[in-house]
Amino acid sequence: MADTVSLMKYDEALTRFEPVLGLETHVELGTAAKMFCGCPTGFGAAPNTQVCPVCLALPGALPVANASAIERTIRIGLALNCSIAEWCRFARKNYFYPDMPKNYQISQYDEPLCTDGHLDVEVEGRSFRVGIERVHLEEDTGKSLHVGGATGRIHGADHSLVDYNRAGIPLVEIVTRPIEGTGELAPLVARAYVTELRDLLRALDVSDVRMEQGSLRCDVNVSLMERGASQWGTRTETKNVNSLRSVERAVRHEIERQAAVLADGGRVVQETRHFQENTGTTAQGRSKEEAQDYRYFPEPDLVPIAPARDWVEELRAGLPELPAARRARVQREWGLSELELRDLVNAEALDLVEETVAAGATSGDARKWWLNELSRRATAAEVALAELPITPAQVARVAALVAEGSLNDKLARQVIEGVLAGEGEPDAVVESRGLRVVSDDSALGAAVDDAIAANPQIAEKVRSGKVAAAGALVGAVMKATRGQADAGRARALILERLGVQG
Amino acid sequence: MSAITRDEVAHLARLSRLALGPEELDALAGQLDEIISAVAQVQDAASADVPPTSHALPLTNVFRPDEVRPPLGVAEALDQAPAAEDDRFRVPRILDEE
Repeated sequence: MADTVSLMKYDEALTRFEPVLGLETHVELGTAAKMFCGCPTGFGAAPNTQVCPVCLALPGALPVANASAIERTIRIGLALNCSIAEWCRFARKNYFYPDMPKNYQISQYDEPLCTDGHLDVEVEGRSFRVGIERVHLEEDTGKSLHVGGATGRIHGADHSLVDYNRAGIPLVEIVTRPIEGTGELAPLVARAYVTELRDLLRALDVSDVRMEQGSLRCDVNVSLMERGASQWGTRTETKNVNSLRSVERAVRHEIERQAAVLADGGRVVQETRHFQENTGTTAQGRSKEEAQDYRYFPEPDLVPIAPARDWVEELRAGLPELPAARRARVQREWGLSELELRDLVNAEALDLVEETVAAGATSGDARKWWLNELSRRATAAEVALAELPITPAQVARVAALVAEGSLNDKLARQVIEGVLAGEGEPDAVVESRGLRVVSDDSALGAAVDDAIAANPQIAEKVRSGKVAAAGALVGAVMKATRGQADAGRARALILERLGVQG
Repeated sequence: MSAITRDEVAHLARLSRLALGPEELDALAGQLDEIISAVAQVQDAASADVPPTSHALPLTNVFRPDEVRPPLGVAEALDQAPAAEDDRFRVPRILDEE
């Protein structure tokens, strides 16, 4: 199924066409138990060890909705400025596919819990308001392994093996309204939306929002219309977009691909496409031209949900500080420029820096360590900053040791290296590696004498008044002490020995 | 004309993995026919001013606290499966060859 794809250059595509986006995001809620039964929800358990008669659809088993999942969904709706339904029902979505043992998924159809909201995102200094059409609650499906075909694909497989651990985990679907007027910023707006949504969900503490584990998944809809046209083009829906970077790449690729099809006089086929992580392209999936009939009807096994208004208002009042407000506060409190704030946010360092400041560091020190040394190490190790095995408290301790003069920056980097290598707390690493700055005169004195003896010409220059030449002697002392000397103290001793004033 | 045929009952029995003998099919086909016909009368009773009813009980907000209960073990989960492999449910080919 290697469709030979021609692409139009991105800039050219944008001069001829205007993209319209739509994003559907699925979020697995971080409840302890599943949506309609008491099974645990932990990621990575052995197959079919988190299942029971309800999520296996054994005869006679009945679902009961998880109160926390309902509450979390309403909180998401409120944070997205939605209206909360006064009365709504679950619905059965019927389909023939073995990832749900019931042969239907309990979802919501024409009565979602939350409707008509919005989320503002900022891209390159421009603000975009993304309309939220609906937020509804459903259950996740099982995971299938396809056996006997090429590379685990469903096509050509001989049979499939299903693990129902994930079946029944509460899943919230968040659907945007069509996003227009983004022009060439479309890929960035899509990425910014998913990023902002992820941060918002994290602030609400409703999900662990880990895209790489599938607890946040995104389907990207893209269509193009000729510039100046009033009617939207046909859209494609790209699935399997599992990172923020992939969201951006998927939009960009679909723009380039659809533009080439349209420019060539062809038509875009309404279909599901799959994002290919390795190439950044999309491949044809199922055609959606015959709309599937899911035969939705109200779920008879679950009674309607009617969230009391005072409860909804209580939940609204209890919302935490949301990401946009938090960024504004941090910028004000720490006196950051727009650029400094953006660097902090783009490095995903805001939480870490805030926690480091809470642990006693200055915001300047906390930013310096997370954005330079630690970002560099995270990039080299290809992990997220937050996944480095060092805590904000440990970083704050390193900063404190530097501030009190026990460490210089060079030694501090070695302490950080030790902490990351699992050698214990910063103080323990200082002890075991012997990293304390040497400022004790008797210990330094010997190194200073050696440096002067080894560099008689430089020493003579200093004696004759060229104080700047002392830098070379300080360097020699630092080298001899493997960076552990207190450079200021070493300089003072050198000048004293050579009889000149600093 | 009957509301459900003996062949349809046999088909449903197969889908439901119920092993019904010929006499059982005869008996159930007759009984199901009567039940379906009786239920069909309800549709005649509803007039235009009666809104569609999805739930017979006047209840809302029946929730369960977010508490884990012990799941079945994998052995018990799979012991009624028509086929299993590698601790997973084994299902026939989903899509035909292209």
